Parts: sequence; structure tokens; C-alpha cells
Amino acid sequence: MIIGLPVIQLLILPWAATFEQRNISLGVIDNDRGAYSRQLIDKVVSSGFFRLTDYSGSYDQALKTIENDKADLILEIPAHFENNFVRHQQTDVMLSVNAVNGQKAGLGAAYLGQIIAEFNQNVIREQGVQLDRINLIQTTPYFKYNKEMNYRNFMVPGILVMLLTLIGGVLSAMNIVKEKEIGTIEQINVTPIPKYIFILAKLIPFIIIGLVLLTIGLFIAWLVYGLFPAGNVLLVYLFAFFYLIAFTGAGLVISTYSNTQQQAMFTAVFFMIIFFLLSGLFTPVSSMPEWVQTVTIFNPLRYFVEVIRLIFMKGSQLTDILPQLGAIIGFGVFFNTWAIVNYKKTG
Amino acid sequence: MNTVITTENLTKRFGDFTAVDRISFEVLKGEIFGFLGANGAGKTTAMRMLCGLLSPTSGKGLVAGFDIYKQSDDIKRNIGYMSQKFSLYEDLSVAENMRLFGGIYGMSPKNIISKTGEVLKELELNNERNTLVKSLPLGIKQKVSFAVSIFHTPKIVFLDEPTGGVDPVARRKFWEMIYQAAEKGITIFVTTHYMDEAEYCNRVSIMVDGRIEALDSPDKLKKTFHAGNMDDVFQSLARKAKNS
Repeated sequence: MIIGLPVIQLLILPWAATFEQRNISLGVIDNDRGAYSRQLIDKVVSSGFFRLTDYSGSYDQALKTIENDKADLILEIPAHFENNFVRHQQTDVMLSVNAVNGQKAGLGAAYLGQIIAEFNQNVIREQGVQLDRINLIQTTPYFKYNKEMNYRNFMVPGILVMLLTLIGGVLSAMNIVKEKEIGTIEQINVTPIPKYIFILAKLIPFIIIGLVLLTIGLFIAWLVYGLFPAGNVLLVYLFAFFYLIAFTGAGLVISTYSNTQQQAMFTAVFFMIIFFLLSGLFTPVSSMPEWVQTVTIFNPLRYFVEVIRLIFMKGSQLTDILPQLGAIIGFGVFFNTWAIVNYKKTG
Repeated sequence: MNTVITTENLTKRFGDFTAVDRISFEVLKGEIFGFLGANGAGKTTAMRMLCGLLSPTSGKGLVAGFDIYKQSDDIKRNIGYMSQKFSLYEDLSVAENMRLFGGIYGMSPKNIISKTGEVLKELELNNERNTLVKSLPLGIKQKVSFAVSIFHTPKIVFLDEPTGGVDPVARRKFWEMIYQAAEKGITIFVTTHYMDEAEYCNRVSIMVDGRIEALDSPDKLKKTFHAGNMDDVFQSLARKAKNS
């Protein structure tokens, strides 16, 4: 069951639906600095889909903003844009897309393409040029990191995260409370076992099960979807290890508070749904209202979703994921300390 | 003879309900101490306080020389406990349960192996050694429970209705095991409903409504209450109860 159900999930869920995007971060390189280029940029920004986050002097500089995750899309307007447009009635702009988040990138590129086409027609109308000669500005999208713009490439790592979360969170939440129900906890409580050893004994099996499951998941991702982390696969394991500690700890906290398995199950599922929805797994965190984005800071799932996508598609290194790793270790210490404190051997 | 359990006005209240009401008694080293009372008289509550599973509301208590408020982990190192409800791990075998609890009590792996062989032989459980606990009949389960509770040779073992639901022959055998353990110097603190079992004890206390109404050897109790057997003694005291 523990192995079978997650495998089924991994095979089905990646084919699920897509979503609308807002707040796409846009970087602009304007090599022309003419009236037309400014008009085009104004039009793009006023569409409501984009946020102008960077205005760089060169393509290399702009590319850095993609690497830092400050920009999702880069629009490059070449020098002599206006000149070519007016004289030759033909010119190019270039779009670079950070496709780590496939849906965001794809829709962003599509929106931008539409806006440019519209801009195109307006300008032509202004100029009184005949309408049969449209298609003057050609957009050339170039996707970075997820070149095929495959939605599944983006979902599969996320679903791996989900599986580990279910193992760590739900199974552990049921664990101590089950011992309370069948009475074995009484036999343990009457022994001199230190509380931290008891919690540790609960933690270790779930970490092992989780890592075995991760291995199976990675194997399926490679076999079925042809996906393999662009970065170091050991980094995935490293993060998963601390992540399992954190989430198992959270489950154990629930378990120490609950008196029945139903109670534990309900509580675990309640938090799990919130954590999933606020993780960026289905809807990007950057598309959420600001206050919700603040809430996601307290969601351990969010960090793993971020990290696993970075490692899978961008090939990020250890130094790139240090903030997330720090956060998840913090969660681990917090939840497990809480579980140890709240586990009471004496009623 | 020295005492291994001493309580003074030990009390436990749950809200308005006083489950254990100022009980004071002593248990001597090596004796079989019967703790009698009707359902709801407060036996299990009192026992759980002595084992460090429940903190008392007021009063004093010393178990194996340790304070029940401050030194519950020291107490736990020195006692064994067999719960009313079967509470070993059902999906482990008999020997695995022994290994688990032996380990928790800090016994060395070598010690655990030799002790397992010894206990299994003594209690005639050799055939069940590798049987999963959940597939054992109730009588055998109780035996295994007892075996685990004295596995680490504690100073005192607390048995909470160890023979509940077991047939008379098995009960008789169970008491033979208790005597064997007592001969080794383990103090036995046992609660029971069965008045014939009370006769096996060195001394018994009878609880009614959270209070200890009588405490003496079975013979003396029978004389005091002008009764022919322990059952009559119990009946004459238990009738006064309001809680049961």
C-alpha cells in the first residue's frame, strides 16, 4: 500500500490541468531606447500580466536575473528597432523564457506574443500601411532550462515531494496515537526510556521508508517521463532527508495531541491540504496575493517544491539551495522538539 | 524487614471526582501484596500513580526508595508493570517483545539472549518463542505479559488484574508463576477481583470508594470481620460503596 498508491499517483497526477498566470516577472533590455520601444514596453506592462522587475543594459546581465529567479521572461529589443521598423517595415524582438515553471513560462510567452502582435497592428494602422503586410515584428521565443516546455517535467518532481509529505506527515500522525489506542504506549511509558529516544525511534523508520520511496519515484520519473535531475541527485536525497525529519516531526506532534486515529487523520489531512495548496505545487507562489505569500514562508512543503524543481531542471548546486535547506532544518528542529516536549509519559 | 512502597495521604482527583482519597500504606520487601476493590474503587488509579504513569493531586509516595513526584524515571528503572489491558506489541513475536523491552531497560544483547531462553523455559513458552503475539490465546498472552514485566528483574512488579478473563486452571498456573517470582525476591503488588486469589497474598488491602477500608493478612481480616472466607469480608465492605 505504502509503495503502490504513491506509484499510481505519480503515474496519473502529472497529466492534470494547467492554470492562468499573473505577476509574471519581466526583464527588459532596450537597446534602441526609441519612442516605439517605450510604447511597446508600456503596452506590455499595462496588460496586467507582467511586472517589470528589471531593466538591464545587456543580455548577459538580464540572464543573471533569470538565474536569480528575479525574472521569468526577458524581452530584448534590438538596436535600430524603430529605424528598421519604419524604414524596412520589418524587425525582430527576442524573448527569453525561464521555463523552470513551465506553465508560467508558456503562458507568459503566449501573452507577450499576443501583445506584440496587437502593438504591431496598431503601429501599422498609425502609419497607414496596408494591412496585408502584417507579421512585421517576429517574436522568437527561446526557452531556458525546460526547453520542451513540458508541463510534466514541472509536475513530476513536485509530485515526488507530495509523496514524501504523505509518508512523513500522515503515517507518522497515525503512529503514536495508534499506540495510545491499542495500549502499547502504556507499556512504554512505564519504562525509563528517555522521551527523545522514543521520538527518535519513531522518526527513523519513516525516514528510511521515505528515502526508499524517493528512490522508486526517481526511477519512475526517469523510466516513464525520461526525467533525471539536471543537478546532483544526491542533493535531492540530502534535502529529502531533512524534509522527512521535519514532516515526520510535524506528524508526531499531531499524534501526541490526538487521542484517536480519526482525530489525528482529520488534523493531518486538514494541514496537508493547506500545505499542498500553498506550496506552489499547483499554483505558483508568486501568483498568490501578498499576504498568502507571507503565509507560505511557514510552509515547509514550499521549500522542497522549490528546491526539487531547481535541482531537476536548473541543475542548481548546494550553494543555491542553502536558504531552503536552512529553513527545512529549522522546521525539523522545531517540530521534533515540540513532539518531544508534548509527549507526556506521566498523565 | 524494609519497606519498598510507602504512601501517605496519597490522593488523586479528576475534577470533582476523587478517585483515590488519602490512602496510606506500606508494602514490605518480598511480600505478595493484594490490592482489592470493586470496579471503580480506585485500584488502577492508585497503581498508576505508584508506577509514575499518573501524577498525584496530593500526598506523598515512595517506591523503591524514590519519590513519585520527582524521581519517576528512577522508579521506572526498578519496577515491572503488567497492564489490565494487554499492551505488548502484537505484530512482534514473543522473543522480539522481550528483546525490545530488555533493550529499553538497558540490558546488554548477550544478557537478553540468555535471559530470553531462561524465561521461556521457566514459563513453558518455548513453543511460542517465534509466534506473533497477536495469534496467541488470551491465557498465553497474559503469561507473556507477565514474563516481559519481570524480564529485567525489577525490585517490584505491579500486576493490574493479571488473571482477568482467564480460566481457573490457567489462573492457578499464573499464581504459581507469581510465587516463583516472589521467591526470587521480587515484591508483587497485585490487584484482583477474585477473592480466592486474595487468599494467596501475604497481605491484602481492600479499597472502597477511593479509601483503604481494611489492610491485613487474609487470616486476620477474616477474624476481624467474623467471616468464613475473603469473599464474605469483601462483601461486607463493598456494600458500603457509593461509586460502584
